Amino acid sequence: MSWRHIEERAFKGLMLFSTALVVGSLLWIVAVVLWKGAGALKLSMLVQMPRGGAYGDEGGILNGIVGSMLLSLPATVMAGLVALPVCIILQDEHAGRNPLIRTARLSLDVLWGIPSIVYGAFGYTLMVYLGLRASVLAGIIAITFVQLPIVARAIDEVMKAVPRELKEAAYATGATRFEVATRVVLRQCLPGILTGLLLGFGRGIGDAAALIFTAGYSDRIPGTLAEPVASLPLTVFYLLGTPYPETRARAYAAAFVLLVIVLTVSVVSRFVAVRFRRSTVS
Amino acid sequence: MALVSRTNPLPQTALIRKATDRGGYLVFRAVTILLIVLPGILAVSLLIRARPILAKVPILDLLTSSNWHPARGEFGFFAFILGSAWVTILAMVIAVPLCLLTAIYVSEYASPAFAAVFKPVVDVLAGIPSIVYGLWGVLAIVPLVAGVAPAVGRYLGFVPGLSTEGFLTGDCVLSGALVLAVMVAPVIIAVSVEVLNSVPLELREAALSVGATKWQTVKHVVVRKSLAGLVAAIGLGFARALGETMAVLMVVGNVVNAPHSIFEPAYPLPALIANNYGEMMSVPLYDSALLLAALWLMLIVILFNLGARIGLRLVTARFWR
Repeated sequence: MSWRHIEERAFKGLMLFSTALVVGSLLWIVAVVLWKGAGALKLSMLVQMPRGGAYGDEGGILNGIVGSMLLSLPATVMAGLVALPVCIILQDEHAGRNPLIRTARLSLDVLWGIPSIVYGAFGYTLMVYLGLRASVLAGIIAITFVQLPIVARAIDEVMKAVPRELKEAAYATGATRFEVATRVVLRQCLPGILTGLLLGFGRGIGDAAALIFTAGYSDRIPGTLAEPVASLPLTVFYLLGTPYPETRARAYAAAFVLLVIVLTVSVVSRFVAVRFRRSTVS
Repeated sequence: MALVSRTNPLPQTALIRKATDRGGYLVFRAVTILLIVLPGILAVSLLIRARPILAKVPILDLLTSSNWHPARGEFGFFAFILGSAWVTILAMVIAVPLCLLTAIYVSEYASPAFAAVFKPVVDVLAGIPSIVYGLWGVLAIVPLVAGVAPAVGRYLGFVPGLSTEGFLTGDCVLSGALVLAVMVAPVIIAVSVEVLNSVPLELREAALSVGATKWQTVKHVVVRKSLAGLVAAIGLGFARALGETMAVLMVVGNVVNAPHSIFEPAYPLPALIANNYGEMMSVPLYDSALLLAALWLMLIVILFNLGARIGLRLVTARFWR
């Protein structure tokens, strides 16, 4: 066998090894967290508040579950409200030559790369400026920033896929740009927009770094927007830092719930996307 | 619009439709402009909060001193910058060869069925929260590293960077780097596969038809053709790794220390920012120092990201990921 065939074999082996290692590691993570979490999770934890203080060894993680929803759901709506108009502008004709659109794309690229801890720090400066303390409102704002580029990119992708003929047909009947954007493009993209929002929600609910500064932590469910609030990722983080096994068990349970939510959302969003593709004619 | 006769005024509904169109697009444009200036607002607001410390300490001292005693007003970031560099670069050293080989396998060798399953699975795994990666690090990687460290120290301790003299627990540079390597893998692989797939099939066929083996084709044609894109993929992974906070924070030790070995604890910049929220309210200049760190982090990450994006634009047209 000549050298080049030995090389071929060797590298093919290396590649198979790498692929197995990468995929294996990623599945290992899911397996470890699900296994550990399933062992620690009691159904009563899902409906009980923590007792004996935030780090107490009794009770459940309801504060984290409700808190995460209180933060991520409004943040998803807000991210969508900002992303939709931007994406409609991004679809304009001659997009390549329009400086506004080119700068907007560049800005989205920049925002996409900014780490969530920086959004948290920015949220904190905003908080200080507005005289807020760690609160639900500040947390929602920080998570909105985290989600915005993800949601915008996803929506832009589906809007790009709208056939040009569809828009032209609408224009030909005398529709205005606004009518084409809201009644044709938006309607055609509705499942895709839902996918994008779910993607953003999944990212937002898992983010902890942006919340440390802004949402704080609490062992109660907040009554107003100005109170601090717990979240699932920070529940994992803080409870894992305690030496008590019962408290750490709640951290595993919180991670389990978080992972299940994120994986479910991810799979559902893909399902929506696939269904959408099937229902399109072109 | 030109079809409407000038002598007949527009009917009422047409006027409303026109007004809605103008107004709606005005709002859309305003939101877009807001988005455009958002990165600037971020940088400026962080800069404003960071000015007190910049006014008091020369920036060169902040970057090169490793005296970190906030209570005494000494803010030297060197240990944290070095910590970030160690963890991130080691993570890339581990991740890049594995990810590139995986990407080449998926795009060049694997059956279409495998590739079709691989991509969504990696996408789903890319969305796993960093706290979950961190928990895996705590449960699996830290004990693993703690287990192998003494043996490595005994037999390979003479190699620079592998000494276990500063070894405390499994919470060290290596643990952070391993967790990060797995976290950036989906990013690097997804972009690399996309880049490799963009190489025209004809180029491969030309190489194969003159008798090159598959690997020779990959090595001399496919990789060479997509080199800039692969570098961009690595750049995106690097930027992601540099800014990653929670997962690293949980496994890296968080000891203010300029590491000399992969078995020493470190304290990367994002961990510093995240860990000191409580104290920073009470010590003067502390919050200013942390927000300055956030500003640096943002600027470095943006630099890498934009560099990578521009590289990608050059390689693949209309490829936006």
